[in-house]
Amino acid sequence: MINNTDAVRVIDSKREDAVLVPTMNAGNVRFGLPTVTSNQVLDLPISGAMGKASNVGLGIALAQPGRKVIVMDGDGSLLMNLGSLVTTSTKQPRNFYHFLFNNGVYAVTGGQPIPGSEGVTNWEEVARGAGYAAVFSFDNLEDFTTGIDEVLAAEGPVFVHLAVEPEIENTPVQFRQRPTRSAQQAYQEVTAALAADN
Amino acid sequence: MTTAIPESILHPASLVNELKKNDVSHVVWLPDSETNFLYHMMMEEPTLDLVPVCREGETMAVAAGLWVGGAKPVVLIQNTGVFEAGDSIRGLCLDLNQPLVMLVGYRGWTRRGPTPDSAGRFIEHILHAWGINYYLVETDEDADRISVAFEECERLSRPVAVLIGTEFGS
Ligand SMILES: Cc1ncc(C[n+]2csc(CCOP(=O)(O)OP(=O)(O)O)c2C)c(N)n1
Repeated sequence: MINNTDAVRVIDSKREDAVLVPTMNAGNVRFGLPTVTSNQVLDLPISGAMGKASNVGLGIALAQPGRKVIVMDGDGSLLMNLGSLVTTSTKQPRNFYHFLFNNGVYAVTGGQPIPGSEGVTNWEEVARGAGYAAVFSFDNLEDFTTGIDEVLAAEGPVFVHLAVEPEIENTPVQFRQRPTRSAQQAYQEVTAALAADN
Repeated sequence: MTTAIPESILHPASLVNELKKNDVSHVVWLPDSETNFLYHMMMEEPTLDLVPVCREGETMAVAAGLWVGGAKPVVLIQNTGVFEAGDSIRGLCLDLNQPLVMLVGYRGWTRRGPTPDSAGRFIEHILHAWGINYYLVETDEDADRISVAFEECERLSRPVAVLIGTEFGS
């Protein structure tokens, strides 16, 4: 299994001018973004609407076809919006990269198992069946580090299944560290950065 | 002799013209019976890119991404879809002050008697609860309220709804 922060770092190291759209463990300030990424003005963490990171990423990809969009999704989040795989496939965005941080649990809410974990659901088949153009899977850091170039060279929509270690959050909500950059601020910054580049 | 009063209707062209007038780039939508004629017309309109989704909660999220990327989307769904999309409206449209026009098929709406359909009975209450302003469009004469909605959502940086209270005439 891959450590969550390591996975974020590998993706970030090859992002170039891509927009990152992370959520849950993959986007939590304590576990990764924004502290470990290199270009925060193009990071758009989604916390306000569980399951919608993939849709927000699709919207950016459609509006900015010349730029890569990298969604970093949670498994529980994607289950909540499984249809988004088909919504994305229907538009076949060549610049869309969908990384699934599969830790088998709802980590942020205390580590309860998600439906389909324990080997019941095969994510790669789900993504392939939904119509993604390319599907990859990694379960260790070495292979992922070696394979990331091929992943990002593939034409989208690309789905990447990552077996990651859960980083379970048990601190009562009122005592948790909050991101210093608010969601509104992130939206404004990313919108401005994309407008300035056009 | 009684003269039949011609029924005022809403033609899809009136709505498409409003979208063009307001430089809309994408229509993120899920169909309802009220918007079927509109679908064919939107398909033929080269300036509009249609993004079909599987459930309505996706529409606000795709629209948020399009907006971040510099495009100008609208959402086109039924009122049932507004009920379905609650957490997206809260967590994206409202929390992010998204200047989004939501065109909403007003299922169950009628001026002519009781409204047995709960989709019709609840929608305005829900919009009030969220503080989302809305305009009712029933005929071609009302269609320019869509431009009013665009002006308002951009000025206030808020979502604004347009309730389409009729089936489209062909
Ligand atoms: C609509 C909705 N239902 C439930 C929640 C509570 N909730 C917050 S985070 C979370 C778990 C997310 O799980 P996953 O996407 O697998 O990411 P992980 O925490 O494992 O990184 C849940 C259930 C919510 N925020 N919104």
